[in-house]
Amino acid sequence: MIYQLSDVRALESEAIHIIREVAAEFERPVMLFSGGKDSILMLHLAIKAFAPAKVPFPIMHVDTGHNFPEVIEYRDRRVSETGVRLIVASVQEAIDKGLVTEESGPRASRNGLQTAALLEAIEEHRFDALFGGARRDEEKARAKERVYSFRDEFGQWDPKGQRPELWNLYNGRHNIGEHFRVFPISNWTELDVWHYIRDENIDIPGVYMAHKRMVFERDGMWLADTPFITRMEGEELEERLVRFRTIGDATCTGAVDSPADTIDKVIEEVGATRITERGATRADDRRTEAAMEDRKKEGYF
Amino acid sequence: MELLRLATAGSVDDGKSTLIGRLLYDSKSIFQDQLQAIEETSKARGAEGVDLALLTDGLRAEREQGITIDVAHRYFATPRRKFIIGDTPGHIQYTRNMVTGASTADLTIVLVDARHGVIEQSRRHTFIASLLRIPHIVVAINKMDLVGWSKDVFETIRKDFSDFATKLDVTDLTFIPMSALLGDNVVDRSENMDWYEGSTLLHHLEEVHISSDRNLKDVRFPVQYVIRPQTEDNPDYRGYAGTIAGGVMKPGDDIVALPSGFTSKIKSIDTADGPLEEAFPPMAVTICLDDDIDISRGDMLCRPNNQPIVGQDIQAMVCWMSEVSSLHPRSMLALKHTTKWVRTMVKDLQYRLDINTLHRDEEATELKLNEIGRVTLRTTQPLFHDTYARNRLTGSFILVDETTNVTVAAGMIIDNN
Repeated sequence: MIYQLSDVRALESEAIHIIREVAAEFERPVMLFSGGKDSILMLHLAIKAFAPAKVPFPIMHVDTGHNFPEVIEYRDRRVSETGVRLIVASVQEAIDKGLVTEESGPRASRNGLQTAALLEAIEEHRFDALFGGARRDEEKARAKERVYSFRDEFGQWDPKGQRPELWNLYNGRHNIGEHFRVFPISNWTELDVWHYIRDENIDIPGVYMAHKRMVFERDGMWLADTPFITRMEGEELEERLVRFRTIGDATCTGAVDSPADTIDKVIEEVGATRITERGATRADDRRTEAAMEDRKKEGYF
Repeated sequence: MELLRLATAGSVDDGKSTLIGRLLYDSKSIFQDQLQAIEETSKARGAEGVDLALLTDGLRAEREQGITIDVAHRYFATPRRKFIIGDTPGHIQYTRNMVTGASTADLTIVLVDARHGVIEQSRRHTFIASLLRIPHIVVAINKMDLVGWSKDVFETIRKDFSDFATKLDVTDLTFIPMSALLGDNVVDRSENMDWYEGSTLLHHLEEVHISSDRNLKDVRFPVQYVIRPQTEDNPDYRGYAGTIAGGVMKPGDDIVALPSGFTSKIKSIDTADGPLEEAFPPMAVTICLDDDIDISRGDMLCRPNNQPIVGQDIQAMVCWMSEVSSLHPRSMLALKHTTKWVRTMVKDLQYRLDINTLHRDEEATELKLNEIGRVTLRTTQPLFHDTYARNRLTGSFILVDETTNVTVAAGMIIDNN
């Protein structure tokens, strides 16, 4: 007997340890759930962490209102299968309440407005820990973030003032009004996620697999034709065989040309690709060179 | 495929970022858009060629100042292993980041600039690696191109370094001459140093034997969470969830629960995928026992004939990590050990260690940021612990300021004698 865990099983154990630690030490944890593969994976790990008992905290969807219908359908199905409680924090409501002003024009995105809806929900529900599915390989600001990421009462991240994080001894102590973002799958890469989804036979929304869709080109990406986005002059629709590598707000998540219609083909494609998933498909990270860092400091995921 | 956690440390100028960039680049772990972004930045700064160091300079502040300010994590994989790099800066004020990165590492790379040889900083890194008991140390003697690929230079540095390392507790030390800038001996063999017969860096990282580094002898299971579904399907289920910190556990094994001292047998080792025949570190599992005994978070399961030390008087080496406060005798702090929080009084500071000379200053009255010393603690409740040398998970703790809630120290338990 060789007492050695495989890489993905070692990551699984690490994530389960973190999820249990939060459930044990925080009073009001919640798991952020977007319907994207990382949050699906995280919920799957939470279910495994507490089996045969139920997951002892709710999940929360910060809903921009600009969704792919397949993803909302998936979310609701998953909620009814698992019996987990779903909270929806609505960006539309934040707009209606006048907390935020919607961007206008063809490049308008509600991605930035998610922060306001999120902070509003944290205050309302008095959450003290929010699990997020961020991975450090996604983006260079995330590469420097702790597993337990301390946020002040405004939800702000201070990259220079982060608490040291040693061994597996996480320090979640905080004062009232402060909270933590906790990232149990920090150390997973995109490929790890796909391998695990395959190995565990995890159900994912169909938009991750190759399908025919009406799209148009903007900034070198294929954006889906949805009611939430106005095409600019010269942006012509065409039907292409595409899939999504990430799922976020439908107005800023691009699709990639792909014939990969099974998980094995997706793994093969991801293994061979030479472009990061955010570089390929997220307009929100391209606004400036330090776009993610700036949004995180303001309380973004 | 195995997972290897790797810590890198080095100063601003010895080419650490370039080395990591080279490792990622030559192992084809860099994506086109990342490469394109750094090509553009390199060009904008007027650099010749691509500055691979830019790959690891994540935050805006770092790009502006041209230094690395915090622990950054990088990932890459080869067909043999998956690697997690914890990249820590080397300047003196960031010893705490180096300790942080070292705490979970299987291996560390200490960079030495071939032109300068073993300097204070190399000693400091190596000392921290030995204090944190990173099992494997690679000394990367870099910038060999700037010393004419000289074997003599390499051998002199190797000897100096070895002389120093014999004073420390270092088990596995490997020297590799390289040029991260030009790629020699990082991924591809150098054509400029025929005299070197050892492995390239990547080859060494892929082959170094790590599976025997964990403690598989002493069963240690800190209880993290009690699982009680109380549903119709599982009305009486009571499982103790946690991550195995040492030893191999099997159903049928006798166990004792600390602190109660009650004994029982393991009925099953459960996971969501079904029960296991045996379990070992670092698996996260749920243990069910034959008897219904009172066990809660912070308790520990172990074998009756192999128990940890149970005590409130703790001897430890600590690294102080706070800019705003310092450690004094009589300080009262929160302490987290395994899954247990207690309070602790600092009874005594025996000495402060000069990590450059290893001199012990017994006159010291406090420990400030980035200082390391030996202390005696008295905890409000007993800790079920081992020495750090025996088990990194049951021998480590953190200290937390009770007012600010900030983690202010890392501690490693040593023998009481």
